[in-house]
Amino acid sequence: MLLRDQSPLKRTPLHALHVARGGKMVPFAGYDMPVQYQAGVLKEHLHARSAAGLFDVSHMGQIALRAKSGKVADAALALERLVPQDIVAVAPGRQRYAQFTNADGGILDDLMVANFGDHLFLVVNAACKAEDEAHLRAHLSETCVIDALADRALIALQGPRAEAALAKLGADVAAMRFMDTGPRKVLGFDCFVSRSGYTGEDGFEISVPAEHAAALAAALLENADVLPIGLGARDSLRLEAGLCLYGHDIDATTTPVEAALEWSVQKSRRSGGARAGGFPGAEKILSQFEAGASRRRVGLRAQGRAPVREGALLFSDAASSEPVGKVTSGGFAPSLDAPVAMGYLPTSLAASGSQIFAEVRGQRLPLRVAPMPFVPNTYKR
Amino acid sequence: MTTLFTTDHEWLRIEGDVATIGVTDYAQSQLGDVVFVELPKVGRALKKAEAAAVVESVKAASDVYAPISGEVLEVNAALAAEPALVNSDAGGKAWFFKLKIADRSELDGLMDEAAYASHTA
Repeated sequence: MLLRDQSPLKRTPLHALHVARGGKMVPFAGYDMPVQYQAGVLKEHLHARSAAGLFDVSHMGQIALRAKSGKVADAALALERLVPQDIVAVAPGRQRYAQFTNADGGILDDLMVANFGDHLFLVVNAACKAEDEAHLRAHLSETCVIDALADRALIALQGPRAEAALAKLGADVAAMRFMDTGPRKVLGFDCFVSRSGYTGEDGFEISVPAEHAAALAAALLENADVLPIGLGARDSLRLEAGLCLYGHDIDATTTPVEAALEWSVQKSRRSGGARAGGFPGAEKILSQFEAGASRRRVGLRAQGRAPVREGALLFSDAASSEPVGKVTSGGFAPSLDAPVAMGYLPTSLAASGSQIFAEVRGQRLPLRVAPMPFVPNTYKR
Repeated sequence: MTTLFTTDHEWLRIEGDVATIGVTDYAQSQLGDVVFVELPKVGRALKKAEAAAVVESVKAASDVYAPISGEVLEVNAALAAEPALVNSDAGGKAWFFKLKIADRSELDGLMDEAAYASHTA
């Protein structure tokens, strides 16, 4: 007998707080999550850029990866079999952006990999976490122990006042630079704090034991500089920052080269490097490094005010009948007071400044290929 | 002057044979921050239930349907310059377009203010 999965939406440890703060709750990756609060997407977005925003990202997967040898270098070498990044070179207390690739060079998920000294700590997308965990177990179980940390919540605090807000709770974070990570006491709780995020702003992600998450969030929100931010503004913030959303801008059919993520593949894993290849899809990805890919993810700026959204087809001129590409994310950029989008175009049309047309409600709207990020990032380097 | 409402959260202000049409305060509260409004061309003959305008928030695009048939007499140019008027004054300054009423019998199925209030309650 085939039964459909009727399981109710899962809740994060901050669910009651979202409801109490007037969060408009929607299903997202199997969780009941706030898309916005009473302030609304626009104000929440601008607040995160001008002060500080608190995001519940507890739905994301947190995974500890330990080598059975006890050596973090062995866990790094093992993980390098699944990602095109140099994990061995990630120093203790540092983290790096990575992708799980498939045999065709496509992206199964994107993730953060941190070196915690004696093991690796991974943060993966909510919608992919079960598959990611199974993928790790299937390929690395001989040499590694994979531990899904379901008892931890994850809170992002982003914006120019994030550091001060966190310091107020006793966290020793002032000396941290972008992509530094490690254990920190916050409000006396044992947290893992990284200086990173998904907004283009300086900020932090705080992994906290689930039983203390609500107390930590409440303490941060007592600060008038900190507002809770829903998924709506999380999406518009990351879009302005030019950051990919898995399942939209990158997926199993897009390679890191096509996705304009070459910067995330270190020289040591490319042809001629010390540990070149050796990850799924290496042949295709490395050949694209040599010869280029036929298509590329680009930023797009509209010349009018009409937002161009995900799914809009792209055309090389106002009259042509064959689309040349598609918008993968698009909407209104509150910080720019203008629409922005990203999508895939043939490499021949992907140069900055190229004119392209998007079809929106039967009309061809002029766009230009534009560099990303659309809004400069303010990472503390 | 009568104000009528649709189940799709539009209001119509009837003055003689002209209907001024906008979206309700309830609709704007559901849409969130409006960032773009696309209006029909003046002179276009709209049929009842046809997509007539588009209102876009940061999150999504929503169609506004013609609640009755008629020719577009005038559109509110202020909305192009200041889409946020929909949030601040949905029932007033943020009117969308004016129609010359083609068939008064189409008004019969619409709600008055009390009926609309209970519809959104």
